[in-house]
Amino acid sequence: MSTNEAGETSFRAFSRRSSNVTLKNITKVFASLDTKKEITVVSNVNLEIAEGEMVTLLGPSGCGKTTTLRMIAGFEDPSAGEILIGGLPMTTVPPNKRGISLVFQSYALFPHLDIWDNVAYGLRVQKLPKAEVAERTRKAIELMQLQGMEHRFPAQVSGGQQQRIALARAIVIEPRVLLFDEPLSNLDAKLREHMRDELRSLQKRLGITSLYVTHDQSEAMAISDRVVIMNEGVIMQIGTPREIYEKPSCRFVANFIGKANFIPCSVVAYENEQAIVSVNGKTMRLPEPGSRRPPVGTQANLCVRPEGIRLSREETILGGKVTRATYYGSHVEYEIEVNGLSIVTEQNEAKESELFHIGESAWIKLQPELIRLLD
Amino acid sequence: MGTNAAPETKAVTVHAKGSSQRKTAALKLLRQPFLVLAIIFIFALLAIFIIFPLFKIGRLSLTDDKGVFTLEGVKEIFSNRSYWQTFWNSIKLGLIVACISTFVGYIFAYATTRVKMPGGGFFKSMATLPIISPPFILSLSMIFLFGRQGLITKGLLHIEDFDVYGLPSLILVQSVSFFPVAYLTLTGILESIDSSVEDAALNLGASRWHIFRTVTLPLSVPGIASSFLLVFIQSLEDFSNPAVIAGRYTTLAVEAYRLITGMYDTRGGSILAIMLLVPTLIAFLLQKYWLNGKSFVTVTGKPAQQRKKTSDPHIVWPFFVICLLISLFIILLYGTVFIGAFVKTWGINYHLTLDHFRYVFSLGWDSLRNSIVLSTLATPITGILGMVIAYLVVRKKFPGRRVMEFTSMLTSAIPGTVLGIGYILAFNQKPFLFTGTAFILIMAFTFRNMPVGIESGTSTLMQIDKSIEEASTSLGAGSGSTFLKITLPLLKQAFFSGLVYSFVRSMTAVSSIIFLVSPRWNVATTRIFSLFEISKYSDAAAYSIIMIAVILVAISILNFLVLKGGGKKQQKEGKRA
Ligand SMILES: Nc1ncnc2c1ncn2[C@@H]1O[C@H](COP(=O)(O)OP(=O)(O)O)[C@@H](O)[C@H]1O
Ligand SMILES: [Mg+2]
Repeated sequence: MSTNEAGETSFRAFSRRSSNVTLKNITKVFASLDTKKEITVVSNVNLEIAEGEMVTLLGPSGCGKTTTLRMIAGFEDPSAGEILIGGLPMTTVPPNKRGISLVFQSYALFPHLDIWDNVAYGLRVQKLPKAEVAERTRKAIELMQLQGMEHRFPAQVSGGQQQRIALARAIVIEPRVLLFDEPLSNLDAKLREHMRDELRSLQKRLGITSLYVTHDQSEAMAISDRVVIMNEGVIMQIGTPREIYEKPSCRFVANFIGKANFIPCSVVAYENEQAIVSVNGKTMRLPEPGSRRPPVGTQANLCVRPEGIRLSREETILGGKVTRATYYGSHVEYEIEVNGLSIVTEQNEAKESELFHIGESAWIKLQPELIRLLD
Repeated sequence: MGTNAAPETKAVTVHAKGSSQRKTAALKLLRQPFLVLAIIFIFALLAIFIIFPLFKIGRLSLTDDKGVFTLEGVKEIFSNRSYWQTFWNSIKLGLIVACISTFVGYIFAYATTRVKMPGGGFFKSMATLPIISPPFILSLSMIFLFGRQGLITKGLLHIEDFDVYGLPSLILVQSVSFFPVAYLTLTGILESIDSSVEDAALNLGASRWHIFRTVTLPLSVPGIASSFLLVFIQSLEDFSNPAVIAGRYTTLAVEAYRLITGMYDTRGGSILAIMLLVPTLIAFLLQKYWLNGKSFVTVTGKPAQQRKKTSDPHIVWPFFVICLLISLFIILLYGTVFIGAFVKTWGINYHLTLDHFRYVFSLGWDSLRNSIVLSTLATPITGILGMVIAYLVVRKKFPGRRVMEFTSMLTSAIPGTVLGIGYILAFNQKPFLFTGTAFILIMAFTFRNMPVGIESGTSTLMQIDKSIEEASTSLGAGSGSTFLKITLPLLKQAFFSGLVYSFVRSMTAVSSIIFLVSPRWNVATTRIFSLFEISKYSDAAAYSIIMIAVILVAISILNFLVLKGGGKKQQKEGKRA
């Protein structure tokens, strides 16, 4: 989005009310639709979103992301726990008094109102003076580069434009908190990437506290200050995109973000920050094993990303046969079968002479500083 | 990807007590006083105007004059063979008419949705015309054609003593009156069967007949059953036709009326009313709860692709001829009444005259005006109340939501006669002393006609993405403004049909209000009824013609007000960038 200084100032200068969001032991239990049982959809979630921060809630579909978002927005009540915004409990505050704007997956534009009326809606609800409504609506429309289509109806504009209208409508009221529920999932791949970057830069410039729900890991990595990984209603890990990728706290996270190999090992000892493990009968020293620390003497797994593995023709601690080689241009991806285990690696050198062929035997060289120890 | 990770954590099944959750829900509801008030208000209305009258009928049937519980009254009625006869008469009539109407309705529905034939639009309007027509009109036509002075019986065939009054006429008249109900129900079902299902069968080489037998007919079975039950209810509760054309063939609705107004036996009337209520209620429950779950039709929300209609002459011509004959018969019936309104004395003096219209605009004017005034007042109340109830029931969570839904739909199963008797019993003393007022008539119209609006509102709402309203809420709008600014405009079409239905039914109501009218508040339909009793058929015909005109004008006014933008666009804040 090309910067539009004039349009932005009024958005940046919104109320000084503090807007950090706190989820304390949030649990949501639904009565199951078919049986008499109850199902726990969100389980004991704790989360703190700082003012101006962009946090992404990432997880497979059905893991409770939307439910969490709707509880914050006030459309569902938590079965247990408490939600605070700006330090104040929201338990009895109805959704229309929370100062939260929600951007829906389906956009939820008002089909019977034109673009102008859609954007102005929230301002008119507040019964603001006409001049102010006009001014702020105009600015929001300019900010989203929707000029010239004020009189069109939602059905008459493209998907990307509908997305912008939904965004304009959400930010024009200068909410304390912005919530996004998979807002880009209805766009085609190219537009999605573009809107993703726009969204991020807009959020940064306006500094609105935001929670962004998605099941697309690359989207989450690209736009967030911090990522919350959720599975089956439970938070698995919270951290910056880098932390999540480099130091996954469990197998689920390692698998969900990027690709990961798991190589069985046994834990021999810990020395200071380092871990000593035995792989395939040979000991190995891990300088940064991560915080998981399975007990000494137990079976554990080395977690290593494809780029943490080198292929070699010289003997190392693990060897196997190449079962697949896929050429990607920038790199070649190999699948090696090692002791019945399939290991994926990426090799950058694409020189013809250095390529491995299917059926060829290859040795695996692990880079100790890129290995994490998981159970 | 490496080896697959087993899920780290299983979702735990917690049997958390929902009580604290319910408490916060209640607290939150209290933060929206407008919503709470609306809910309480509607519950109060439903209790007073639906439950209370029914309770009164039940109580009167089961007590003696001193108000002590007794089954004497019931025993008396049950031991009276003629009342049993009346009961079976009603049931028999209902079953026969339901069969015929559903069959004819299916032919019309199949023809207009599947067959490419000339005059499709014409057949559609023929199949819906009887819905907006005033009561008595078809019976009137039968009398004009086949009565003692009948054009066909006496004029053409010179039969002097043909008796038009009785079961055959009643069946004929009711079938014509109610096959539109079947037609509309079945058209809905036939249109919603995904055309690709039938196309697939056609693609596999099946013949049209084979497709009909193996695909279309089985898929429309729930619709057929539904239409059968709906027509059955209509036939049972029909008062106007049996009252004037049944002769010695007694029916429950008419007998209840005779007992109460002729013999002042309110208890007997109440017991007959309950005998009438039981079968209609059963049919209603079957239709609503048993059949609704059985519908195979899936609403995808996608605009259905154009169905390819057959133009095979072996199919087109039989359908065309059948539809044409039935339509001509309907035109004959209405045309006869139209002409009947302009002739001096039917069967004796066929000179053209405007005397009958003069009569309506002089002596009959008051009751016509009353009908228009009362219907005009009841229509917006019914429409808005219907939309509000649909909205609350579909969109809001509150204790008693299901009760509200059921009670508000209940009146579509309560025969007008039963409601009318309930109202005279319930509202003849303080604090609800409404007898003889316009208010009681308006309430009778409102609560009797509300279910159609609720139903169309409910089904429309279910198709509107809930997040559209949530978007409004998250932008700061409360329940009230969300309803007015977002929901109601989106419900326009449903609102409109609710209004039209309400107006038409109010204008044409007989059974529910025949007990409630007073000298001050007499209405057109009861006036027509009394014209029958003194055999002033041409006056009745003129009355009916004028009522049709009023209804058509009202529909176009509503159409203009509701659908064509109506109110001016909200003034916008200098919409220029
Ligand atoms: N109102 C409800 N009643 C019962 N179950 C529900 C309800 N809403 C959501 N669920 C269930 O909760 C789970 C999580 O849903 P959701 O939060 O929408 O997942 P996500 O957004 O992560 O895909 C799903 O299994 C869903 O079926
Ligand atoms: Mg979701």
